[in-house]
Amino acid sequence: MSDAQVAAALLAQQLINGLTIGLVYALIALGYTMVYGVIQLINFAHGEVFMLGAYLALTAVWLLTAWLGAPPAILLLCGMFALSVVGCALTGRLIERVAYRPLRGSPKLTALITSIGVSFFLQNAVMLLYGSREQSVPEVLPMVSWEVGGVSVSGMQLLILAVSAAMMVGLDRFVRRTRTGKAMRACAENTEAASLMGISPDAVIRNTFMLGSGLAAVGGMLFAMNYGSVSFHDGYLAGLKAFTAAVFGGIGSIPGAMIGGILLGVFEGLAAGYLSSEWKDVFAFGLLVCVLIFRPSGILGENLPEKV
Amino acid sequence: MLEVRHVHTRYGKVDCLKGVGLSVGAGEIVALLGANGAGKTTVLKTLSGLVRPSAGEVLFEGRRIDGVSPEEVVRRGVAHVPEGRKVFQKLTVLENLELGAYLRRDGAGVRGDLEHVFALFPVLKQRLRQRAGTLSGGEQQMLAIGRALMSRPKVLLLDEPSLGLAPIVVSSIFRMIREINREGRTILLVEQNARMALSVAKRAYVLELGEIVLSGEAEAVRDSPEVQSAYLGGG
Ligand SMILES: Nc1ncnc2c1ncn2[C@@H]1O[C@H](COP(=O)(O)OP(=O)(O)OP(=O)(O)O)[C@@H](O)[C@H]1O
Ligand SMILES: [Mg+2]
Repeated sequence: MSDAQVAAALLAQQLINGLTIGLVYALIALGYTMVYGVIQLINFAHGEVFMLGAYLALTAVWLLTAWLGAPPAILLLCGMFALSVVGCALTGRLIERVAYRPLRGSPKLTALITSIGVSFFLQNAVMLLYGSREQSVPEVLPMVSWEVGGVSVSGMQLLILAVSAAMMVGLDRFVRRTRTGKAMRACAENTEAASLMGISPDAVIRNTFMLGSGLAAVGGMLFAMNYGSVSFHDGYLAGLKAFTAAVFGGIGSIPGAMIGGILLGVFEGLAAGYLSSEWKDVFAFGLLVCVLIFRPSGILGENLPEKV
Repeated sequence: MLEVRHVHTRYGKVDCLKGVGLSVGAGEIVALLGANGAGKTTVLKTLSGLVRPSAGEVLFEGRRIDGVSPEEVVRRGVAHVPEGRKVFQKLTVLENLELGAYLRRDGAGVRGDLEHVFALFPVLKQRLRQRAGTLSGGEQQMLAIGRALMSRPKVLLLDEPSLGLAPIVVSSIFRMIREINREGRTILLVEQNARMALSVAKRAYVLELGEIVLSGEAEAVRDSPEVQSAYLGGG
């Protein structure tokens, strides 16, 4: 291979690696952005829901292997998906009901601080339940990868790509076409006008939390499989990265969260490939600071003034 | 049909409505007039459940609706077209209309009513896939009214439908209001444009600083010296 080919292969490799992690960020970022859209709250506990999703996926593997010995990979995948999505959606619903609903109408800062409290609570609850040591995740997928022109793509990467793409297309359809999805968008735009249509804001908020938490759970499951281990700390950094992605894409915007997540992952991949992997977090948070200073509304954020 | 008795509504510590009483009979158009800040919008918000009165009662078809959620008020047949239209700007015209029928499960009936709204406001049919935010002010008002009609209400509460619109658009909106009333819908119309409102209304109330100061048949209210000088610029 010529030097140019090697360089191109390296670039392609970093783009693929970045895309993979970016998709996981995007799955988490969607929950931040949707909740912000309906109640203008940055739910800092969301990263912990993602972490819980990773642990629940691991739990499903334990349960299924204890029960069936060596179940086929597809069964394991379905079990992981079901347990983490259902568990996290219910957790999201509970968090909203117990921690945020009583604070509806109180100052933003109160809810923000509460979300940090919920975040500590979830971290500690998981630590007490599962122990403070990192847990290794058994291999679910056979370790396969394909080499094309010096670029390698693993089965895990393809799985992340397929599952996240399916989630995002599904979410887009749901939000645009279903009655519940339309109610969500209406409520995000104007809660009072939505309630005049007979839409219950409480129900919309509850659905939003469940949906966002379910998506974070999928992210958590993919994350656990990709890294092969989980720790109760994992929600913190991933949550902060996904929050960055949501702000970068334009907080409140669903396509923004998708694009923001993917771009952040790609930037990180490039930083890791061309500088060194220690640089990627610096890069990510540098990006957050820049966005907040120069374009707080993000890439797709719109400050549509109301027409009177 | 709609009966408001001694209603007090407050924001914080300030009483905004101080014992308002009014009634709207089936099939009527009733106008509620008053200057800026008189409390007209607050009366409508109290009726539709967006705010709760601190005292008094609101009856619709003989049942209490004060303290009931806005969803339940819509379900019982009262639709509120809010001040400033409040159409969902980022949603399409069609989606706005669909949301008007949010609580309904009778698909065929909804489709029929959609055609009916298009017959009243043909311009909406041409803009179906457009975002509501791209409509003109007059078109947005038509959409807001059409959206409210999609719930198939018995009573329509209209808050300043003429606000910020050119005179020619105002008169076409008022023609539609009359038309909607002729189809059997009861209307409570809040307006600052007293002349227009009194031309369509059967009866009228005048609200000042949270109290009803005058009421009666529309002609009598129009000819009263207070309304002549304060709202119609006559002497
Ligand atoms: N959410 C609120 N919080 C506090 N005060 C309010 C609120 N809404 C209205 N007010 C006050 O209540 C009074 C009546 O307001 P309202 O909007 O009902 O008047 P209005 O007759 O509809 O006026 P306009 O013709 O300008 O629409 C005003 O003094 C207003 O400042
Ligand atoms: Mg008003």
